[in-house]
Amino acid sequence: MAQVTLRKVEKKYEETPAVCGIDLDIPDKEFVVLVGPSGCGKTTTLRMIAGLEEITAGEIAIGGEVVNDIPPKDRDIAMVFQNYALYPHMTVYENMSFGLRLKKTPKAEIDRRVQRAAGILNISPLLDRKPKQLSGGQRQRVAMGRAIVRDPKVFLFDEPLSNLDAKLRVHMRTEIKKVHQQVRTTTVYVTHDQVEAMTLADRIVVMNAGHIEQVGTPHELYHRPATRFVAAFIGSPAMNMVPCGVEEAAGSLRFRLSEDLSFPVPQERAERYRPHVGKQKLLFGLRPEHMIEQRPHVEPGQQPFEAKPVVVEPMGSESLVFFVMNGVEACARVNPDCGARVGEPLKLVADLRHVHLIDDETGRVL
Amino acid sequence: MSAVAMEARPAKRGSISKDRKKAMYWSYFFLMLFVLFFLTPPLYMLIMSLKTSGEIAEARFPWWVFHPTLDNYWSLLGSENFQNFFINSALVSLSTVVVTMLISIPAAFSLSRMKFWGSSTLAAGVFLTYLIPETLLFIPLFKIFSWVTEFTGIELVNHWWVLIFIYPTLTVPFCTWIMIGYFASIPKELDEAALIDGAGWLQVLTRIFIPVALPGIIAATIFAFTVSWADFLYPLVFTTSADQLVLPAGIVTTLIKGDVFEWGRIMTAALLGAMPPLLIYAFLMDYYIAGLTAGATKG
Repeated sequence: MAQVTLRKVEKKYEETPAVCGIDLDIPDKEFVVLVGPSGCGKTTTLRMIAGLEEITAGEIAIGGEVVNDIPPKDRDIAMVFQNYALYPHMTVYENMSFGLRLKKTPKAEIDRRVQRAAGILNISPLLDRKPKQLSGGQRQRVAMGRAIVRDPKVFLFDEPLSNLDAKLRVHMRTEIKKVHQQVRTTTVYVTHDQVEAMTLADRIVVMNAGHIEQVGTPHELYHRPATRFVAAFIGSPAMNMVPCGVEEAAGSLRFRLSEDLSFPVPQERAERYRPHVGKQKLLFGLRPEHMIEQRPHVEPGQQPFEAKPVVVEPMGSESLVFFVMNGVEACARVNPDCGARVGEPLKLVADLRHVHLIDDETGRVL
Repeated sequence: MSAVAMEARPAKRGSISKDRKKAMYWSYFFLMLFVLFFLTPPLYMLIMSLKTSGEIAEARFPWWVFHPTLDNYWSLLGSENFQNFFINSALVSLSTVVVTMLISIPAAFSLSRMKFWGSSTLAAGVFLTYLIPETLLFIPLFKIFSWVTEFTGIELVNHWWVLIFIYPTLTVPFCTWIMIGYFASIPKELDEAALIDGAGWLQVLTRIFIPVALPGIIAATIFAFTVSWADFLYPLVFTTSADQLVLPAGIVTTLIKGDVFEWGRIMTAALLGAMPPLLIYAFLMDYYIAGLTAGATKG
């Protein structure tokens, strides 16, 4: 087990940059998820840690040892691939023990480790089968088993759940988390699914266009996003971002969303936002779950406003109401029994304790 | 799951549309035509092999045997020359297959997997060498052999074993090429997983690639065997004495004497000579087709 360190790591394909000098420290036993849209460099980063891609510049260290020039086989890592990459001509047992057999581990030890991993993953009855006789979920378990038996310093997961159907994905997500809680190996996990990232990670690394946008716990990223990109990427449906201005009247600040709609800036944010009074190109950011139907008791920080729904999507436990706010589409998450109907005015409240003010030019959350 | 889906689907028997039926009739018509076209010569060979020289000379009705006899078969199978040709052919072909595979498998593996400077140009170059016909190569090869003899004193001409060095010039490019195609259809993650599991490149090749790519390798093996078994020009040019000949050249040089053609024995020898490739194809046909079509059907 070991920590993983990336220092100014760069990757260029010919002249096209894929990863642009990233720094990252992953402590021992941590579960880190690299998340971002397609082409953001997350898989390339993972493959560089694995040694499957050469590094253009920078330094990668595993357990304090710089591994830039060390081939994958000597890095003591294990990787789970999106398409499982099980050896089709070998049984499950042979697949799992392949790495150990190459290392000439004694047979008894191999058997002990394979049986232990199979026990953890509930695949003991499948050990004699070939991969083609297994379902997608079972193959995924075998791929994880192959990683566990090696007892490596670091686990690397490359979008391991993307090939599974939605239900199995949720199930395997829990399984992966359980396995990590049992074996506590440092884990780097790549996904484009922010829900997977939020549920699995000790810390999330949000990447965009080869850069790291923000590193933090799921709670931090959700409540204190550093950039517009992170604010929009984390959370589903995405955060509402409505063009606004900040104005000062009679000593107090207000968010001005349109001529007839404005909200008071919460007291504790007044000093932070004062320098931005009168600035153009600001965004008022508030998540759908912080725009709800008006209830008899208005909580402190909640400001009522009226909206005219253009679409109502019932989800069962809640309904998503879409409406237009200062020219852009916004979404509110309301109680399904609140009587939201398309075209009929609906009384909503905005919970301003969770508001974010975003500079649209720099993309920074202020 | 697929079984459930199959059961749920209503039975489609008798519901083939008219167009499809028409297309099927035409397909059968042309397929039968091709079968006739390609099977007529072997059939003719079989008929001739069962006739006596007298009956052949009579030329009464070429498509029927009036006095069938196995004399041609017995005389050839008992002939020391023919046995010699057969053994030489077997040794040359099997050795060529081994040499070809020893070169082609690592070559295809490195060209398809280990990205290095110039690898794609080299892969194209391998294919281009296949396009050069052997009729253009035998004179330069003759020249090279005479240089070798001049500098080392080793006589290369008129030895059956020299064919083991020549045939790979025909088989290696094509075998490498079809194996590059087959190897490319194997997911890259498979060798990456093996590399991470602690395998070196050689172990990736021997423990993962060769077992997984077996259909492609078998297809290449069959090709190499067929080419070296059936080649006529090189043995005709490079070997002359009866004990050094292989089947195709041997049949022609010993059974045609001046303007006397021993047709019955020639046909019998050709049929017997066609047996080994026929048997190989019969048993490994599925692998052969899988190997040749893999690149076309897999992502």
